[in-house]
Amino acid sequence: MTASIPISLEVNGERVEASVLPRLNLADFIREHLQLTGTHVGCEHGVCGACTVRVNGDIVRSCLMLAVQAHGGSVQTIEGLSDSGEVADLQGAFRERNALQCGYCTPGMLMAAQDLLKLQAEPSRDEIREHLSGNYCRCTGYQAIIDAVETTAGQRRSRSA
Amino acid sequence: MTLPSSKSEPLSILDRPNSYIGKAVPRPNLDRLMQGRGQYVSDIELARMAHVVYVRSPHAHARITAIDVTAAKKMPGVIAVVTGKDLAGIITPWIGVLSHLKGLKSAPQHAIAIDRVCWQGEAVAAVVASNRALAEDGAEAVTVEYEELEAVTDMETALDPGTPVIHASLGDNLAFERVHDAGVVDRAFADADEVVEADFVFGRHTGVTLEPRAVVADWNPAEARLTIYQGSQAPHMVQNIAARHLGLEERQVRVVCKDVGGSFGIKVHIYADEMATYALSKLLRRPVKFVADRVESFNTDIHARDHRCRGKIGVRRDGTILAFEIDDLTGIGPYSMYPRTSAIEANQVVNLVGGPYVTQNYRARARVVFQNKNVTCQYRAVGHPIACSVTEGLVDLAAMKIGMDPVEIRRRNLIADDAYPCSSPAGLRFEKLSHHASLTKLMQMMDYGRLRADQTELRKKNIHRGIGIASFIEVTNPSAAFYGVGGAKISSQDGVAVRLDAQGSVVCQTSITEQGQGSESLTAQIVGSVLGVSMERVRVILGDTDNTPYGGGTWASRGAGIGGEAALQATKVLRKNILEVAAAILQANPAELDIADGVVVNASDGAARIELRELARIVYFRPDTLPPGVQPELMATRHYVPREYPFAFTNGVQATWLEVDIDTGFIKLLKHWVVEDCGTIINPQLVDEQIRGGVVQGLGAALFEKCIYDERGQLTNANMADYLVPMSCEMPDIDVGHVVSPTSESELGAKGAGEAGTAGAAAAVSNAVNDALRPFNVTITEIPLTPQIVLTALGRI
Repeated sequence: MTASIPISLEVNGERVEASVLPRLNLADFIREHLQLTGTHVGCEHGVCGACTVRVNGDIVRSCLMLAVQAHGGSVQTIEGLSDSGEVADLQGAFRERNALQCGYCTPGMLMAAQDLLKLQAEPSRDEIREHLSGNYCRCTGYQAIIDAVETTAGQRRSRSA
Repeated sequence: MTLPSSKSEPLSILDRPNSYIGKAVPRPNLDRLMQGRGQYVSDIELARMAHVVYVRSPHAHARITAIDVTAAKKMPGVIAVVTGKDLAGIITPWIGVLSHLKGLKSAPQHAIAIDRVCWQGEAVAAVVASNRALAEDGAEAVTVEYEELEAVTDMETALDPGTPVIHASLGDNLAFERVHDAGVVDRAFADADEVVEADFVFGRHTGVTLEPRAVVADWNPAEARLTIYQGSQAPHMVQNIAARHLGLEERQVRVVCKDVGGSFGIKVHIYADEMATYALSKLLRRPVKFVADRVESFNTDIHARDHRCRGKIGVRRDGTILAFEIDDLTGIGPYSMYPRTSAIEANQVVNLVGGPYVTQNYRARARVVFQNKNVTCQYRAVGHPIACSVTEGLVDLAAMKIGMDPVEIRRRNLIADDAYPCSSPAGLRFEKLSHHASLTKLMQMMDYGRLRADQTELRKKNIHRGIGIASFIEVTNPSAAFYGVGGAKISSQDGVAVRLDAQGSVVCQTSITEQGQGSESLTAQIVGSVLGVSMERVRVILGDTDNTPYGGGTWASRGAGIGGEAALQATKVLRKNILEVAAAILQANPAELDIADGVVVNASDGAARIELRELARIVYFRPDTLPPGVQPELMATRHYVPREYPFAFTNGVQATWLEVDIDTGFIKLLKHWVVEDCGTIINPQLVDEQIRGGVVQGLGAALFEKCIYDERGQLTNANMADYLVPMSCEMPDIDVGHVVSPTSESELGAKGAGEAGTAGAAAAVSNAVNDALRPFNVTITEIPLTPQIVLTALGRI
């Protein structure tokens, strides 16, 4: 086994120094080393989207990235987006529309939805479905999630108008 | 909402002011999950916790000739390497049979295989280490020598004399057989103008819960107690089974179920690797955590379906259905699953075929065979999708044969809405169903006539769209008839305790569990409505055998109907008790008082008399000021189980509108409709979302999902890239409507809704595909309807 490598990064606005094995993926680093367990592990091969986090502004599958690759970077997890209030309206829409059941996909789903809403102010339902098509939800059948994202987009447009 | 019947009781909770019953209120406590602050089993960390990884058989059937753990034991971080033999002294084997499934047999199964492995993925050794990565390294260093045995994989030949018998002690590979014959089937077929037969094939699929199965077992030798953290749907069942096989009393086992990342029946069973984890904790005297990875999930989470069912229908030219006959075959893997058994699905198929229809002529045979594949067992809508697809597929084929519209043949044969109570040919008793009202509502919602016209127009442009209809019945609110009578310690009753706390809020402990369906919400809605307090003042505790009444849990669409009624009855008692205390304090008559919004008020004019907060203060801190002889009881417990009907049947009908690309074989779902009757609706939004989620699970089975085994019993697509599940871009919007026929057996009147969506979705899709392909004279009776299946049927490949 290779020796640990020191890394330094920012996670949810806090500086983190750590020493990690090169094989450690970012999802396990976030969950096990930082105890930020809102980032979920579903498939560990980049298909289900449960581990979606933001790295340097882009959403990524944290199970497909090594922790050492985040060295010098900025990582945001669902805990960070929640505490900053960035997705408070989206979370409110999810609550009102019951767009989550077991909640295991929800952090990744919120990450992906917020990414879309930042890119596009007025996405169509098909565009929402397309953008979330890498995030697996076994509970809802997706319609409530699409509704909640569509509602939030509308609310943001009327707020900024 | 259509109300074909209403409850006669004048002052039910449904009528109380500020009632939450029937309101789409948001579920409580969702912020925890949305902020990433839930606690799933995979999140749990305990002091001195070790991690286990299982070494699993690469062979479907093999004798274990040697296991060498020497190298693994020397690996960094490895605490122990344990084989089946090592564990046999800690935990006893089990046999997954139930006495009411007459003749069902299975062989003893061990937590870890001892001499022989019977499916690819069966555990042969456990490596326990200080973290999971090190345990995985250790597992790679375990050397197992196998002598490969012939694998029994094809269920069609499993009973042939030339096929090896998997468990010699059982004599053959037949686990269970049920035969049913009702009415005058032969005469009915002889009298029929047309008899249609078809073979229906159902792929083997699995639940793919997003959170894999996980367990943390914590044996505390000083307390002689085992705490099991597990995402189970049935905590008291886990308690019973763990205690029984570890040689403990139930009081020595606590089962805690916190947040659960999807269940759908996958997490209502007890798996060998979970049993092994309990035993490892006891052996090593420390907490041990097991989290399945995705490959393990595909290879060891129960699979379901995998049926081949020959069906036959007899019909008169006027559309009258005269008889149904089926011959069902299913392969369940090498063992009947414990403790619910693997014969239930086939048994349900026999129970449910023909269920919506009038004819009493019905013959069925179901055979359940062993094979060297992963085990199958109860998964959402057990047996329903098979029974529904066979029944509704046959009805459509009969309609096509006599040139009748598929809606019209159903109108002529569905049991009349005023014919209840009545029984099905399989002997199931129906209290009150609403097939015709549901079908009428569906026709309106989907604008059937316009869709037929669109279909005709589009065909001229070589665009092939189809409409599929599927009526169904669903088993909900099961009584002891499901498991208890067969000897399983799986409770069919549920209990709820409610108490007023010292600030006038309510603490409610219920034995039903939450996996996202909304158990917590419906309980708080019922308690708040019956008592007269806001939902925000009701805290619901579930999923802990130390802290809830004894009960079954959440499965088989039973939480709302059974746990909800227990909540209603317990809260009625608490309300009465509170009003008696209030009357003593106020020197009033309890009958003249009511509770509204947390305040005891005059029943007559609503004038506030005393706040619950003040009442609680007096009761708990100044009981000396109460009149002599008054002993307040601000806690009440009630249990409930249906006794009159073994199951509260629900019904509904689904329709799908889709397009088949005859060049590529791809199917595009355009729209899906469901009308469903689950009795009293506690929260319409939650019911609708149960239906939608269920439909999409059924659509996955219809179009994508299949565990593909090769002839040697190797699962070839055990990952999420190759095993396809429904994603957002392929799924249609789903419109849901309701007819409401409450059950009279409970005051609440609620039946279940958890499985209705899954029950009929695949049947609607299959019928729609065949409807779309009518110009090509093609009938497909196999799911999943992959492009390959479609193009093969069209003769294009």
